[in-house]
Amino acid sequence: MSLESQELSELKLKIGRDPTSTELQIVAAEWSEHCSYKSSKKHLKMLPMKGPLVIHEKGYDSGVLDVGNDYVVTAHIESHNHPSAVEPYGGAATGVGGVIRDILSAGTRPIAIFNGLRFGNIEKDQQARWLFKNAVTGIADYGNCLGIPTIGGEVEFDDCYQNYALVDVAAVGFGKKENLIKNHAKIGDLVVLLGGSTGRDGMGGSQFASDSLESEDRSAVQIPDPFIEKLIIEAILEARNHNLINAIKDLGGGGLSCAVSETADALGVGIEMDVNMVHTRESNMHSDEIMISESQERMLIVTNKTKSKKLREICKKFRITCSVIGHIKSGNQMHVKKGKKTLANLPTNVVANATLLDLPSKKPAYLKTIEKEKKFKPISDYSKTMMALLAAPNIASKIWVYGQYDHEVGIRTVVKPGHDASVLRLDNGKFLSVKIDGNPKQCYINPREGAIGCFEEACRNVVCTGAKPIGMLDHLQFGNPKDPEIFWTFLESLKGLTDFANDTKIPCVGGKVSLYNETPTGPIKPTPLIGVLGLIDKNPLIPQKITEGDCLVIVGDTKDEMGGSEYFEYIHNFIGGKCPVVNFTESKKNMKTVLKVIQNQLLKSVHDCSKGGLAVAVSELCMTNQIGCNIFLDKVPGEKLDVVRILFSESHSRYLLVMEKKNLKKVEDMLRKDKVSFKLIGQFNGEKIQFTKGTKSIISLRVDKAHKTWFNSLKDLVLHG
Amino acid sequence: MKVGVVVFPGSNCDRDMYHVLTDVFNLDAQYYWHEKTLPKNIDAVILPGGFSYGDRLRAGIIAAHSPIIKDIQKLAEKGIPILGVCNGFQILVEAGLLPGVLLKNESLNFMCEWTNLIVENNKTPFTNQFKLHEKIPIPIANGEGRYYVDDDTLKQLKKKNQIVFRYNKVVNGSSHRIAGVCNQEGNVVGMMPHPERAVESEINPVDNKPSSLIFESLLIKMGVNN
Repeated sequence: MSLESQELSELKLKIGRDPTSTELQIVAAEWSEHCSYKSSKKHLKMLPMKGPLVIHEKGYDSGVLDVGNDYVVTAHIESHNHPSAVEPYGGAATGVGGVIRDILSAGTRPIAIFNGLRFGNIEKDQQARWLFKNAVTGIADYGNCLGIPTIGGEVEFDDCYQNYALVDVAAVGFGKKENLIKNHAKIGDLVVLLGGSTGRDGMGGSQFASDSLESEDRSAVQIPDPFIEKLIIEAILEARNHNLINAIKDLGGGGLSCAVSETADALGVGIEMDVNMVHTRESNMHSDEIMISESQERMLIVTNKTKSKKLREICKKFRITCSVIGHIKSGNQMHVKKGKKTLANLPTNVVANATLLDLPSKKPAYLKTIEKEKKFKPISDYSKTMMALLAAPNIASKIWVYGQYDHEVGIRTVVKPGHDASVLRLDNGKFLSVKIDGNPKQCYINPREGAIGCFEEACRNVVCTGAKPIGMLDHLQFGNPKDPEIFWTFLESLKGLTDFANDTKIPCVGGKVSLYNETPTGPIKPTPLIGVLGLIDKNPLIPQKITEGDCLVIVGDTKDEMGGSEYFEYIHNFIGGKCPVVNFTESKKNMKTVLKVIQNQLLKSVHDCSKGGLAVAVSELCMTNQIGCNIFLDKVPGEKLDVVRILFSESHSRYLLVMEKKNLKKVEDMLRKDKVSFKLIGQFNGEKIQFTKGTKSIISLRVDKAHKTWFNSLKDLVLHG
Repeated sequence: MKVGVVVFPGSNCDRDMYHVLTDVFNLDAQYYWHEKTLPKNIDAVILPGGFSYGDRLRAGIIAAHSPIIKDIQKLAEKGIPILGVCNGFQILVEAGLLPGVLLKNESLNFMCEWTNLIVENNKTPFTNQFKLHEKIPIPIANGEGRYYVDDDTLKQLKKKNQIVFRYNKVVNGSSHRIAGVCNQEGNVVGMMPHPERAVESEINPVDNKPSSLIFESLLIKMGVNN
């Protein structure tokens, strides 16, 4: 966990001498994969980052979108995979803390948290259960204490995460455009470290995260303190209101080393600092430890002498420590001292910009045959299969998770967790809809189409609430990039996302790359996670109670795309088959038309078809509304398919539209006019979820029984094994 | 009329409460930092929810020693209406202004869900507009929300009509399904559920009218006093 030999010689060449021990530590932290993106940065540029609503400012850690009326929304996504795999409670909690501080750094108030959690097989694996349970508690304890609602996310289990954890956290902020902090600095300005003390936790965390997980190095995991974070949020926002902040940066991976060098580099100035001035948790900390500690709840602020007085007063009010650790100077050197002694003196552009790599890539051999299907024994009782799917950890209700998150605080949550996407009301009368989606099962079978599928699914989910997608966040999680086959899957996913973003004109407003996600049994499946933000000018679609006689219309074709489906993987334990492919034209057309129908207020509720296919999507509508439904499988539009494929194929671009009977004709007219593929496939009534083909009943389940199983099975599994 | 919203380090429903008081009910509300003093002519005081001092030691216990608590005690003795919501309730209990204690939920987890309350006392400044036994759909969000009193105290509470709200079914294992109580005089009320999260139809999936009566009761009470 230090510089590689060619990196060391490169550093020597660039600075013209041997580096000191502190310099080595600083550069090792900053040149780590986690901080420098050295393997991915060259390629990430392909993503479209510009759009009419995107605001770019230097030194921002979060994306900024203009939502009108002089208001902005900020968004960011991060993961805390390595720490969470070792210490799930602290790892997950500090993951929340870090992403919240990125939102705060723009000068906006964090208003929502989202999380994507992935673990091994919790049905078989005790450790996966332990990781899951503690990661959820970590997120709950941290977010709840901050008073920021955790309003959405997803949970998935797959054998590829055995003894490992993916903990992804996204956050959204909101504020006035005029309050955005425009980072700048003048010579002589003070550099202030504000917040928690620097201790011996999170030592070398970024290097730890940039390597395969071989040791359970708990000292590399940071210790969470949400109470201090809450005080920091209030103190920073108060300081921002008094215009006391010239520039600001959160201390995350790489600690002070990274924050100081990146701030100086972004602002084009030099910084001189003294480690003796840093407030520490222990008295005997070594200077190098102070520079690379990743202790949480710390912010670096550039201010001037006059403003710093008022800043001190605010810190005193909240009883948080702030120390002047240095000042801005001309040039571009990062000069670290201990009293009068120089420990490090490096050009910041050298520190903050590791040499980017151009790693080789090669199509993995397994992809040649993976899309071939296997023959399975015919299923005799589909009702039984359906019940098994409803109880499957990936499909069962996640209420055990989001019930532990305060999702109401802030009184913005209009559409609550448990629906397609969550919706927040904004102060300008508009609404923000947000969803994050991943699908490693499909991404493994086809890294390109799988990634596009995640992107489209997140778009679909926000569309279901009546929102138009305005921005995307990507979080690309893969194994060791030095393996050309893994790097190929990374590139394929990235290219796919780029193509869809360009085609739909949805800009990427932020992202993160997490590599070296390796478990003792090998690399994780490619796991890009996509967050989509959507904006609703007025009238979000808040799902209304479905009642007797309501009609069910499906939009979009069902295709023979069973690869990566829950049916193949959970029921038949088979990895393979044809991965669902998004048809861009169809996707855009369906999105646009569904939005139009929603805006005309003709619908009671819209739900997308994803995990578990049509069968699960319809069942979810029935179970959450406690009403039965009769679905005629012959009517489902698309290729001519057998029953299994109509029920369980996970084709994209499909929406279930629920409406009162009196609106059916109007809806059908609109859909016909826009030439989208659609059909009335059923009507809600009675107490049974029924799928029929011709005159033959294929599935018949009592709603109350199905609901009980779906609602309780994840909780029962966690609590009782 | 003037309503004070007390802010402790770690309060996080203060802004929500302020929004409801000012934007929804047009009241003159003001924040009071826990180290400040409360004016003598204040008409009502609300302690909002949150995690004062990060719930360290026990929810509410550190905030109960804040300087502002002395003022609240004096105002309580004078009969000024005081409402504690969630963490505010925990603080009032820890400060000895209300009986009982709040323990960890039976599930041992933080719980955020919509519940139904039943009004058991419609004589307090925050419940005078309710019919007795009226139902209120309202969300809870707490980790230490299980109200507990011993049997003798429970008898006393019943006798003195100090039980203000009960859950309509078992939610967290609280004694006698109690969700909110008042002092013997009835002017100090504490409740675990969050009325400020339920008064606007946009965010209330069931019915926002009943929760609104908590604030309307206060308005009527003040109207009578003025």
